[in-house]
Amino acid sequence: MSIDFQHFQSAHCENGAVVNLLNHQGLKLSEPMVFGVGSGLFFAYLPFFKLNGIPVISYRSLPGWIFKCASKRLGIKFKTKMFFSENNAMDELDKCLDKGIPVGMLSSVFYLPYLPKAFRFHFNAHNIVVYGKEGNEYLVSDSVMETTTRIDRKDLIRARFAKGTSPPRGRMYYPVSMPDDIPWEKAIRHGIRRTAYELTSIPVPLFGLKGIHTFAKQVRKWPNKLSARKASQYAGNVIRMQEEIGTGGAGFRFVYAAFLQEVAPIIGEEWLTEKATELTSIGDRWRDMAYIAGRICKGRNDENESYDAMADIMVECAEREHALFTELSQKVKR
Amino acid sequence: MKKDQVPQDDENLLEGKFKVLKYAMDDEGKYIGVGSKGWEPENVALKQAWEVINEKVEEARQLVLQGKASPILYFMEKNLMDAKLLASHSGYFTWTVKRHLKPDVFKKLSEKRLENYARVFNISVQELITLKEKNEH
Repeated sequence: MSIDFQHFQSAHCENGAVVNLLNHQGLKLSEPMVFGVGSGLFFAYLPFFKLNGIPVISYRSLPGWIFKCASKRLGIKFKTKMFFSENNAMDELDKCLDKGIPVGMLSSVFYLPYLPKAFRFHFNAHNIVVYGKEGNEYLVSDSVMETTTRIDRKDLIRARFAKGTSPPRGRMYYPVSMPDDIPWEKAIRHGIRRTAYELTSIPVPLFGLKGIHTFAKQVRKWPNKLSARKASQYAGNVIRMQEEIGTGGAGFRFVYAAFLQEVAPIIGEEWLTEKATELTSIGDRWRDMAYIAGRICKGRNDENESYDAMADIMVECAEREHALFTELSQKVKR
Repeated sequence: MKKDQVPQDDENLLEGKFKVLKYAMDDEGKYIGVGSKGWEPENVALKQAWEVINEKVEEARQLVLQGKASPILYFMEKNLMDAKLLASHSGYFTWTVKRHLKPDVFKKLSEKRLENYARVFNISVQELITLKEKNEH
């Protein structure tokens, strides 16, 4: 069986799954809208958590946060289920498909054979939508891809029940109810205010823009503290977190700018369009930073392309973003 | 970023399977989604990450060939796992997995345990016990 399902590509999988599921229910919305209303933009520097020996940095909120915030603020109720048994999880999926309901679910990127090999790491919070079944194969809409694809039942089970950090445990979800009148304006304002708060006001210097400052200080220390090889790996990690699949460029700045541009007329705050342009120019600076990091990784950096130069740009970006988001929190009222 | 600035530095990391969506401004300054085949700094960083992994895999392979480690070490590294992750996949304790990395202990492993490891690595028991001479990653 298969469901008539329309697939849209997104930059980020979590936004994409929400967009595709809601679109199927007849609610058209864009990826930046989900990202903005769900308060996805964030920064966290977690020096105590290391992944492959490299401290974790993140340009976004925790996996699941966007989904949770966006659905709550738009008043859409999702049914969410987790499973202890693989068979129950697959039976439940089949039942939903029989009823014609496309299902969003968490999976491990490592066990999705249709993705390019170079991108398959152990990352357990990749969102996909399954919308049909043909024989032993499931029809998959993976929003990072341009088109839909297929996956073998055996592989899907492995992906849904991968182990490790925050295992997906077969978690699946689908929308069950939607208000007749979506409170767009309220949700958008709520989303913007929350992001502005998280970036500017969390009193821990590891989160938000304070986190960027702390991180920049550490970046300056890398060449002295670490071996040249390790330092360049750290720099490579910055690029990967900021630019690789999922961020839409410049660590989500461009997606967020697109959001501000889209909502300006909806909530009647035309000045947000200017802010979108400002955020775009900040995003371009983030990319300049990634470019320098890339030169360092390759060992082709000249003297102006140093760790200090990277840190300088980060500080510049953090300061400009501070001005921008402070203004947003003051001028965008509930 | 303007739409014509969206980088297209293709190094076949995406295997031609799809383009990644980036957001950029069109000529009127309006945001649109644009497909990208990759960007050089991204490609460099990704290749660097794989180099580190491949080195570890190769190191493990040498240790196994020299008889200093069991093939489980090689397949563990090849599947980007550490002992802890392998333990949660196999259902054994971490210290048990670490014991199984020793060649002497590995030789005495029961068929059932070998099958379990083979299942985790998605290979046959035969492949698990006879390590290939060449690293093909």
